[in-house]
Amino acid sequence: MTMLGDRQQLAYIAAQAADARVNVELETEGMTLNIGPQHPATHGTLRIIARLDGEQVVWAEPSAGYMHRGYEKLTEVRTYPQVTALVNRIDWLGSFANEVPFILAAEKLMGVEAPARAQHIRTILFELSRIANVSLFLGDLGVQLGAVTPVFFAFRDREYVLNLIEAATGGRFHPNFDRIGGLKDDLPAGFIDETRMVMKKLRTFCDQIEDLLFGNEIFQSRTRGIGVIPKDVALQYGLSGANLRASGVDWDLRRDQELPMAWNKADWKVWTHPDGDSFARCWVRLQEVRESTKIVDQLLDTIPSGPVMAKVPKIIKVPEGEAWVSTENPLGEMGYYVVSQGDQGPFRVKIRSASFNNISIVPWLLKGVYVPDIITILASLYFILGDIDR
Amino acid sequence: MAKPKVPGLFKGLGVTFGTLMRTATEGSNTIQYPHEKETPPIRARGVIALHEGNCTSCMLCARSCPDWCIYIEGHKELAPPRRAGGAPRKVNKLDRFDIDYALCMYCGICVEVCPFDALFWSPEYEYSEPRIADLLHDMTKLGEWMETVPEAPELEAGADKKGKK
Amino acid sequence: MSSALIAADLAYWAQSLLRVLGGLVAVLLPAGTVVYLFLFKMMSFMQSRLGPMEAGPYGSMQLFAEVGKWLQKEDIVPANAQPEARIFKMAPLIVLASTFLLVVVVPFGPDAWFTDFEVGIFYALAVSSVSVLGILIAGWSSANKYSLLGGLRAAGQLIAYELPMVLAVVGVVIQAGTMNLQQIVVAQNAGSMFGWNGVGNPYILTQFVAFIIFMISVQAELTQTPFDMPIAESELVSGYMTEYSGFRFLIFFIGEFATAGVFAMIASVLFLGGWGVPFAWFGWTDMDSIDNWMNVVGPLILFTKMIVLVFFIMWVRFSFPRFREDQLQRFAWKILIPVSLVNIMVTAVLKVAF
Repeated sequence: MTMLGDRQQLAYIAAQAADARVNVELETEGMTLNIGPQHPATHGTLRIIARLDGEQVVWAEPSAGYMHRGYEKLTEVRTYPQVTALVNRIDWLGSFANEVPFILAAEKLMGVEAPARAQHIRTILFELSRIANVSLFLGDLGVQLGAVTPVFFAFRDREYVLNLIEAATGGRFHPNFDRIGGLKDDLPAGFIDETRMVMKKLRTFCDQIEDLLFGNEIFQSRTRGIGVIPKDVALQYGLSGANLRASGVDWDLRRDQELPMAWNKADWKVWTHPDGDSFARCWVRLQEVRESTKIVDQLLDTIPSGPVMAKVPKIIKVPEGEAWVSTENPLGEMGYYVVSQGDQGPFRVKIRSASFNNISIVPWLLKGVYVPDIITILASLYFILGDIDR
Repeated sequence: MAKPKVPGLFKGLGVTFGTLMRTATEGSNTIQYPHEKETPPIRARGVIALHEGNCTSCMLCARSCPDWCIYIEGHKELAPPRRAGGAPRKVNKLDRFDIDYALCMYCGICVEVCPFDALFWSPEYEYSEPRIADLLHDMTKLGEWMETVPEAPELEAGADKKGKK
Repeated sequence: MSSALIAADLAYWAQSLLRVLGGLVAVLLPAGTVVYLFLFKMMSFMQSRLGPMEAGPYGSMQLFAEVGKWLQKEDIVPANAQPEARIFKMAPLIVLASTFLLVVVVPFGPDAWFTDFEVGIFYALAVSSVSVLGILIAGWSSANKYSLLGGLRAAGQLIAYELPMVLAVVGVVIQAGTMNLQQIVVAQNAGSMFGWNGVGNPYILTQFVAFIIFMISVQAELTQTPFDMPIAESELVSGYMTEYSGFRFLIFFIGEFATAGVFAMIASVLFLGGWGVPFAWFGWTDMDSIDNWMNVVGPLILFTKMIVLVFFIMWVRFSFPRFREDQLQRFAWKILIPVSLVNIMVTAVLKVAF
């Protein structure tokens, strides 16, 4: 299976390397281009060291760690509520989604389960943060490829979602709303009606982006066939989320996993794309935003009544044990391996964040592409720096 | 689809032109900030207000703060006894209660752990300072924020209302 | 606007002064209008926001504020550019100079022109390539890899798009039978289309293919999206402009938008009838019968036509993502040039036939 992937990659290089071969014959000198740490295309401080031959990449390597904040170590000296506040900051665009797997892992250790209403609201907020995150991706994609307008549309419509999250949780970016055993508070009055309206706006936004970007012939020529990841290579590099689904792997933890969340109560579809190129990755994400609005709409109709907090002690001590919970976050699979020794804080937490694995494919993927395609590929892989460096 | 296929290039032009006309006729989605202001939601975590009378300087908030931005100093005082002839009570008196907003990450844990309802969230947000040291709000300043603390919002239908403030 | 007739009885220095002032107005006024109207306002409205609103009514003084800001900034020269700092500093001036050279041949009215070249359009296309030199120098002397890539891409692109532009103009020249821009205006407004002279013969109607090719090439010459690979701010961080700051960046900036204005003027002269409205409406038949007030109204008409054309340039700019370098080269060599060659052939055949 690996052979196939390598062969495809080689064919891809060969197809693009026609003029590079001339250069080799003329014995031109290569050039090392540092993309980053401060570069607009890396939205953060990722550094990509690329060895160029003309405009073609011979060899590239991502160098992460410029924003390392040591969360795994910090979790060892913080209590569970404090860790919840900290892990918010890992993927700062979809913060609420970062809390959920950690809280679920802690709940698993304690043997409590959130009430049905809390599970429902959690799922709604989870999908809202996914929408906020991925809609910004759709706008940012435009900027990376040179279209200035989509990003403003994205910020405009993400604002509605952020307002919703703020109205419910109090925090625009870092909700810190999840608690072990449920939620901090119930939804404020009027939240449901407003969310319905916002979901309509978001669907209009998706249509606009589709007309403005995805239907655009220039966009298609920039992304189609660029950065192809075959199915087996994607699996080998441990890609997850939309990057994996775009390679034709029908894999979604929301559907494939039994978690105390409400995804299975809604009727939705996992989108995949057979191509595995940049266009497929972007397209799958666009469809995911649409699916998320549908999930939210359906869940809003069926919120059960009841409390939002299970019976848990005021000072939380998690019993000894180990638990692994991962969820399908906006960027891909995000998981926490929590080791507890019965204290107020975890003994050790291993964070598996999606972007770190997603960019591990970059050296393989960037071989042989042109400099402009580096940007296309990085944009379509979609990473958040906080998610890489933690 | 039966509709004739419009090239994507023209569709894109249509989207931007449509937005241009909409902005021109219906107004923009942005707000001219210093002239008009958006009201943040009731729950918005803008600034922490301190109700000094309720604080017993128990230090729970300072200890639970993830980045230790709350500074509390207090001393014990003897207060007159509740009943005549009783022993004088020992009361914790607050000397200093500072929150360093340059460090605060607005997680809200302190407000939540406070057992005596001394800390509240206010949605007020306009307290930026030219000097970073001025972001250290002392007791009186935190007390002034109390006026801006709103009532807790109504809850959505189906919520379990008892046991909530 | 200075002209041979208006300024004929003035002293030489006064004539020159008039010409210089006229040139400044003709370059800076379109640039300022374009930046405010399109870059500030239209772009913002297309993105559902208002754009600058604070400086002056509806932010109309924002441009002066920006210029003031740029003038205050330090003029930074990168350390590695030091040995040839003179060249580094010269580059923006070359770019701006080509704009001034371009505006010289644009006719603004029957007598309002700076110079009346017999080979006006040939000259215009020639001097427009001078800016390539400036850009290449800027990219090379910045001693920055991104700038170098940007400069080289710009050189490749500008040269590639020079060709379809020239070939598109050839169609107009064949039809008009002259290279003099003034004569092209007259030929359009006094001409007739297949015997009907209701609107004259603006070449946008008979030379529509050439017009489209010319506008695409202008878009590429101006390095506006979708052809902005050389300055691609998301990957090359503005390419050859990366290392420039303060006044020198301002000159690049003015150069970019002034050139947009001047190219739009040339396009309206070539395809939209320039400063004239169809002469048949006023009973004019040739240059000699035109009333003098056209010297005042003409520039306004030309300005309006320019604004309309720049609107399209900017509209495309704010809507589209950019081409990749090889794609835009392929587009120029494989599509635009063959199409414009066919256009020349068809025009020539029709010209002989009618």
